[in-house]
Amino acid sequence: MSLTQEEIVYLKNELKRQPNEVELSIVEAEWSEHCSYKSSKPFLKLLPTQGKRVLVGPGYDAGVLDVDDGYVVTVHIESHNHPSAVEPYGGAATGVGGVIRDILSMGTRPIAVLDALRFGKIEKDSHARWLFKHVVRGIADYGNCLGIPTVGGEVEFDSSFENYCLVDVASVGIGKKEDIITTNADKADYVVLAGGSTGRDGIHGASFASKALEEENRSAVQIPDPFLEKLLIEATMDAINAKCVKAVKDLGGGGLSCCLSETADKVGKGIEVDISKVHVREHGMTPAELMISESQERMLYIVDKVHLEQLFSILDKYEISYSIIGKVQDHSDLVVKYNSNLVANMPASLVANAPLAKRIAKRPRYIDELATVKKPALPSDLNAILLKMLSNPTIASKRWVYQQYDHEVGVRTVVKPGYAGASVLRLDNGKFLAIKLDGNSKQCYLDPYNGSMGCFAEACRNVIAVGAEPIGMVDHLQFGSPEDPEIFWTFTEALKGISDYSKAMNIPCVGGKVSFYNEGSKGPIKPSPVIGVLGLIDDPLWIKTSLIKENDALIIIGSTKDEMGGSEYYEYIHGVVGGNVPKADLAYDSKIMQTMLNLIRNKLVNSVHDCSKGGLAVAVAEMCILGNVGATIDMSKIPSECSRTDDLLFSESHSRFIVSVENDKLTKVTGVLEGSKVPYGVIGKAQGSSIILSKNDSAVNISVDKAEDAWINTIGEVVEHG
Amino acid sequence: MKIGIVVFPGSNCDKDVHHVLRNVLHADADLLWHKRDSLQGYDAIVLPGGFAYGDRLRAGVIAAFSPIMKEVKRLANESTPILGVCNGFQILVESGLLPGALMKNNSLKFVCRWTNITVESNRTPFTHALKPKQQIRIPVANQEGRYYADPKTVETLENNNQIVFKYHHDDPNGSVNSIAGISNEQGNVVGMMPHPERASESMLSPFGGDDAVLIFKSLLSYLDEQR
Repeated sequence: MSLTQEEIVYLKNELKRQPNEVELSIVEAEWSEHCSYKSSKPFLKLLPTQGKRVLVGPGYDAGVLDVDDGYVVTVHIESHNHPSAVEPYGGAATGVGGVIRDILSMGTRPIAVLDALRFGKIEKDSHARWLFKHVVRGIADYGNCLGIPTVGGEVEFDSSFENYCLVDVASVGIGKKEDIITTNADKADYVVLAGGSTGRDGIHGASFASKALEEENRSAVQIPDPFLEKLLIEATMDAINAKCVKAVKDLGGGGLSCCLSETADKVGKGIEVDISKVHVREHGMTPAELMISESQERMLYIVDKVHLEQLFSILDKYEISYSIIGKVQDHSDLVVKYNSNLVANMPASLVANAPLAKRIAKRPRYIDELATVKKPALPSDLNAILLKMLSNPTIASKRWVYQQYDHEVGVRTVVKPGYAGASVLRLDNGKFLAIKLDGNSKQCYLDPYNGSMGCFAEACRNVIAVGAEPIGMVDHLQFGSPEDPEIFWTFTEALKGISDYSKAMNIPCVGGKVSFYNEGSKGPIKPSPVIGVLGLIDDPLWIKTSLIKENDALIIIGSTKDEMGGSEYYEYIHGVVGGNVPKADLAYDSKIMQTMLNLIRNKLVNSVHDCSKGGLAVAVAEMCILGNVGATIDMSKIPSECSRTDDLLFSESHSRFIVSVENDKLTKVTGVLEGSKVPYGVIGKAQGSSIILSKNDSAVNISVDKAEDAWINTIGEVVEHG
Repeated sequence: MKIGIVVFPGSNCDKDVHHVLRNVLHADADLLWHKRDSLQGYDAIVLPGGFAYGDRLRAGVIAAFSPIMKEVKRLANESTPILGVCNGFQILVESGLLPGALMKNNSLKFVCRWTNITVESNRTPFTHALKPKQQIRIPVANQEGRYYADPKTVETLENNNQIVFKYHHDDPNGSVNSIAGISNEQGNVVGMMPHPERASESMLSPFGGDDAVLIFKSLLSYLDEQR
């Protein structure tokens, strides 16, 4: 039992009687941190959720953004960390399934999946390799079978994820404005449960995810069936198109308990069910087990009498099992019967709204201790350092990952993984959607406020670099136990950073998730918020990739600062944890991004790459590898406050882009940059077959082939051959 | 002139093929649920990619017994053009309309990436507008895409001009003789692992071409000539 003594007392007082066993199980599931947000709710109010394109914000299964011409996109992000850490294949696969059903619950068709993954250091840690390999396979097997392309994501490796992993999955849907389902129900409407049969898999999943991972509870991990999910998607889309359902709700964490109480609470009606009617996969399940099972691929529909037969004929077409489990009532209670015997009866709003947990926040000592560190000695061979940076698994090409995902199905993927920072999808109204997930646990650990803001800024830059204007954001906030005041402080700081950036850039939050208790046997993870940014592109000619062409001039926009804390250079090369992390200056960052968009929209640049993990040396190398051409860079032309060459090469300062420009457009481009009063430098040219970055004496000179070899093959080799 | 696209439970490239035929080429095309027992009025059939029946048992093996396949077989014998793409190719093989088998890739992994194929035979309805040895940039996305047949069968395929496409120096699956697509003896039934519907619009190609649209254009002009 994970309910606290205070919660049980509160429940008793509200019910004015002793709750029974079944009621306690229902409440335990719904009041788990995972389902109730009881620690985070008051803080989430900080996030701005209004905007001209926001039709539905946080609090629903998915956020809804208006993308003009009567179309909307929906977006949601979830994680499946605990299950994946125990059973990576099934945990990751069911994570994909869950977020896709959220998109479906809004009445929209899922058109893309992205994933943000975090593991221990795969080079040394064979358990981390095992987790990584099977998480990727789990996502691939599930998404591929559904025919929903996995179009992008990010992977970070850090020792704080040893014996654990973070598996975040985001999904995007598309639909017509008029088809959006915002749950309604009337008395005597039917409650229909469809899809997978209910079994004992995933019992206590939500509670399992709401405490530290101390034992490997395999029965709390659900079993994936992507084929059934595919049938459910098609059937649900048919039902939505036929306008025969009034509410659609997926069953995820907490199973029927959460699904029924939240639905009843949302529509302000009562729901009465007889759970002996639920189609099951094993006999002898108790009412409590039926209420909290998290068996996958299940959907709940609310349908009126007139449309009941129509819904059944759709489900029959796809040979999907279903049962009428109950009806909507005029009261506002969740009434559960089993073979007509009452087993639970509680106000739905009581179940759906857990009492808030008061958490204490205390600034951890390490924050100040690590704020300044001794600078590592300047390496003598910067060529070797750059090659090592390119083969750093966090930076290296993720080809081994994304080639296992069908990222093309649906014929929408215009910018595919590997060609730019963000992915671009074709929408049905002739516009394009860019999307990117970014996180940075190293910087968020050292400075949760600036680190989290930085993740947001990086995701925005990636979306802008492909020509899109950011229109909305989702956040996934992942931390250790909220009961630890120092961890809770990092959560509050992260949220402030995200919220401040959101307000300054006018990018509303349309959804998100909080995941606490991310602690394995080695202790809590580093604070790991992941930010997803969506952007809209009106004109296909604005779409840019990172491919450079021979003879193009290269320009850096933005200034490089001595902000080495949490950089891949410090941590991966030197093992130094500490220093000042990059900070985004809000007004300046906004100006840089606006200037970048102006250049793209006036069709003045050929390709764009943001500067972030690995700094400008890595960005230049990646552009060269993609374009299969060398580059000669004069480092003295880079606007910078760095005194050391290695800092200049590898600093991860925000608000920077590298662009390539045709020579006859160069004057125009520099004119725009002068006019915008942003720091920039014409730093060199794409030419030859070597990457040369020089300052007085030559600093870096490596062949593109060598760089490519280090960058593209590392992950595959490490995973396949250890 | 009307083209039918068969939808099995678990097909997932059906709408993509439909999009290319309808929106790119403005042809008349319908999505046909697999329970249908008549294909009267259809001049060509496409079995699209996906995971029919979740690839359970073996890719394509359950779909081969779907009610509609009886009609597909009848049309195949009546020289109606039939194209199977990816999972559709697997279904054609499992239902005995094409020889050989599609085995797990050499890498043992799902692979989604662009490659290059060459046209080896242009005597089929799907390639007659293409030139022999013409190269096509096209993506694959499969886990069981490694074409295999015993040496005698492969020799027969080569001799009868039944090998329609080969990978050009870049076989993502490890197929025998780099085979990417084959036809039946008559040439009207073609199966291929790469996805032409994903390479029929230049916007979707990282190389900027729409090479594979010629496969569908071949079919349309063939059907035109037949009338």
